[in-house]
Amino acid sequence: MNLSRRDALAALAATGVVAGGSVALADDGTDGNVDPADGVPENVIGDDTVAILAAVGSVVYPDATTGIDPFVETYVSGRLSDDPDHRRGVVDAAAELDATARDWFDAPVTELDRSTCDRLLRELGVDAVDPDPEGSLSGRVRFYIVNELLYAFYSSPTGGRLVGIENPVGYPGGTESYRRASMGEETEHGRE
Amino acid sequence: MAGSDRTPAPPADVCIVGAGPAGAIVAARLAEAGHDVVVLDAGPRYEPENRERQLDAHLRPGMEGPWGTGGERDAYTSSGERHYPLNAARVKGIGGSTLHWQAMVMRLHERDFEMDSRHGVGADWPVDYADLRPYYAAAERELGVAGADDNPFAPPREKPFPLPAFPPSHSDSIFAEACEALGLPTHSVPNARNSEPTDDASACVGYGTCKPVCPSGAKYTAERHVARAETAGARVVDRAPVQRLVHDETAVDAAVYATPDGEQHRQEARAVVLACGGVENVRLLLLSASDAYPDGLANSSGLVGRYFMDHCFAGVGGRIDRPTRQNHVGFNTTECHALYDGTDPLAGVKLEFLNYAGPSPAIDALHADEWGDDLLDSLRDSYGTHLAVGGLVEQFPDADNRITLDRSTTDDHGNPVPDVEWSVGPETRRAIERANEVQRAILEELDADIDWIVGPDETGPAYHHMGTTRMGTDPGSSVVAPDCRAHDLDNLWIAGSSVFPTGGGMNPTLTIAALSCRLADRLDRWL
Ligand SMILES: Cc1cc2nc3c(=O)[nH]c(=O)nc-3n(C[C@H](O)[C@H](O)[C@H](O)COP(=O)(O)OP(=O)(O)OC[C@H]3O[C@@H](n4cnc5c(N)ncnc54)[C@H](O)[C@@H]3O)c2cc1C
Ligand code: SF4
Repeated sequence: MNLSRRDALAALAATGVVAGGSVALADDGTDGNVDPADGVPENVIGDDTVAILAAVGSVVYPDATTGIDPFVETYVSGRLSDDPDHRRGVVDAAAELDATARDWFDAPVTELDRSTCDRLLRELGVDAVDPDPEGSLSGRVRFYIVNELLYAFYSSPTGGRLVGIENPVGYPGGTESYRRASMGEETEHGRE
Repeated sequence: MAGSDRTPAPPADVCIVGAGPAGAIVAARLAEAGHDVVVLDAGPRYEPENRERQLDAHLRPGMEGPWGTGGERDAYTSSGERHYPLNAARVKGIGGSTLHWQAMVMRLHERDFEMDSRHGVGADWPVDYADLRPYYAAAERELGVAGADDNPFAPPREKPFPLPAFPPSHSDSIFAEACEALGLPTHSVPNARNSEPTDDASACVGYGTCKPVCPSGAKYTAERHVARAETAGARVVDRAPVQRLVHDETAVDAAVYATPDGEQHRQEARAVVLACGGVENVRLLLLSASDAYPDGLANSSGLVGRYFMDHCFAGVGGRIDRPTRQNHVGFNTTECHALYDGTDPLAGVKLEFLNYAGPSPAIDALHADEWGDDLLDSLRDSYGTHLAVGGLVEQFPDADNRITLDRSTTDDHGNPVPDVEWSVGPETRRAIERANEVQRAILEELDADIDWIVGPDETGPAYHHMGTTRMGTDPGSSVVAPDCRAHDLDNLWIAGSSVFPTGGGMNPTLTIAALSCRLADRLDRWL
């Protein structure tokens, strides 16, 4: 399936972020309001982080998914713009994951092929660990990266429809869908 | 009072302890009638703008649950035959347990008020359905209930529900076929949730997470009544757990409460309304023991804490070979009260047709130990064809089921914690078995593969705390009089399901709201 910015905006609706296209995305990691304490931009998220998340997305999303980059970019930046603690957790976990990739495979996450990126995650134990925002690197990668991506995907119509539910838990998809006998078709004007 | 000034107000007309629905409805009505009202609640205020974050906290493993229940503040013990999971069963905060609740709200049936005289079980209420009927209508308005007059088993009513019922779900229509074949009429569920927008809140938008958190505000919480009370001038203080009620032989003088800065304060009032829920009402009365009332305040009958009742869950679930479309919304739209009023079983049984049977892909994905195509395949396999019939089963009052103080364990203020002794009696076990028979028959009618049964051994409570300060006319065998005023004291009133003499099998909160409307009327006149 091909992901789009519209899918990302729908996913944002699930988290209550009113995105409306006004997404704070820096051109590079150094733009934006820099928090003087540590040089991390305050309310934007750098390209580097987005690229790392998109690389992980290509592993954790179904194989046939395309359009991951703009989806992740729109979703992640929309979601993190008003939540500095969460944003910092994502940025830090991505940077540490990247450092681990360089250490173990001599390449940044974004240059790993899919199966190597998959190995990186599994060797870190990210598949089996309990998500933990304050825990070890694997627990944080699971919480801030893998579950962030899976949450965006499966609690929005985007991933839900692949499983058979156009209005999954966490998505405010109205009070029509529960009455219908089947998923409506997607139309030009949205989901019917 | 949204700020953090938690010092006492000048002596008030009424001090209400607890800002769940029982207390908040009394507060709103009395403040609107012009009385000077102070409300003290042990828990914090949860700002509505953070509800989406709380939705995350619920859905995403690794985050603390949305309502902060547990820890030293909420310590308890459970020493009865069955473990009682008290902290899954309540919330402390402005809004009380309605912050977390499911919001299905039905009237008790006429028989529930007269179980002793009709069947020789339980205790009769000192009031009957006809007495409460106008207050039920008021309560439905207070809670903005969405419902339809299509339930052939419901007690008589004349007013339409304030909002139209939510239409039946796709799975309801599957069940309707089976129930028709079995001669079981089905009908809508009254919900305290907006089926249409109102001045208070938007219409339901289908987040599907009603229990434990509705991000849209469509589900009623008692925060609505707190807001009304505050608009009418009431002072509402959060994080102000009342430690004891100071009294003489005939009246309560003040509520002594703690604040986060470690101070203690005294709020004086002409009348005190206890509205802490069916467990903490008991604890506060017992903690307020004095020379005048050595066994606890309002406890000259010795019955404070006795006759603790809940409702027991009974259910059967399985899968069929067609889509069942579950987990779009988090509430139910069809029930069956056909087993409620008869004598086989004697304990009331209410059947609920779930709209949230089986797993939700969004939640499963976050717990999975696989990803990519493997995850998608598993989710496709696990989602889509589940069905379940649940139900509530009545418990009759039993003096050995009770709340006491466990003096060996203390909370964050050094007070003994509540101990819950809970068991499931023979009539309830029999009724759960009967519910299972019918539930199984319904699923078999649909050729379902049955995956699970919750029967008398597996059952657990529905989190309705009733009976522990029972209402009656005789001060020797009850704690409060029919007007909800303690027999022992002139100015102490008790709100909530702790006054139910017999609990029936219906979710209690509409009855709690009706009694609070009635209590507010009585207290308004008394003041
Ligand atoms: C998961 C769940 C689902 C439910 N679903 C339904 C349903 O579908 N339908 C239904 O009818 N009912 C349902 N209920 C039950 C419903 O929530 C309760 O019946 C209702 O909230 C009780 O109202 P209350 O005001 O008496 O007590 P509560 O709502 O529990 O409020 C009591 C308040 O008192 C405060 N308090 C306690 N001790 C003190 C103290 N010492 N000093 C100051 N404040 C104190 C607490 O902080 C709390 O805010 C559900 C409950 C749960 C937990
Ligand atoms: S489905 Fe539940 S949580 Fe969602 S808007 Fe409706 S009432 Fe609220």
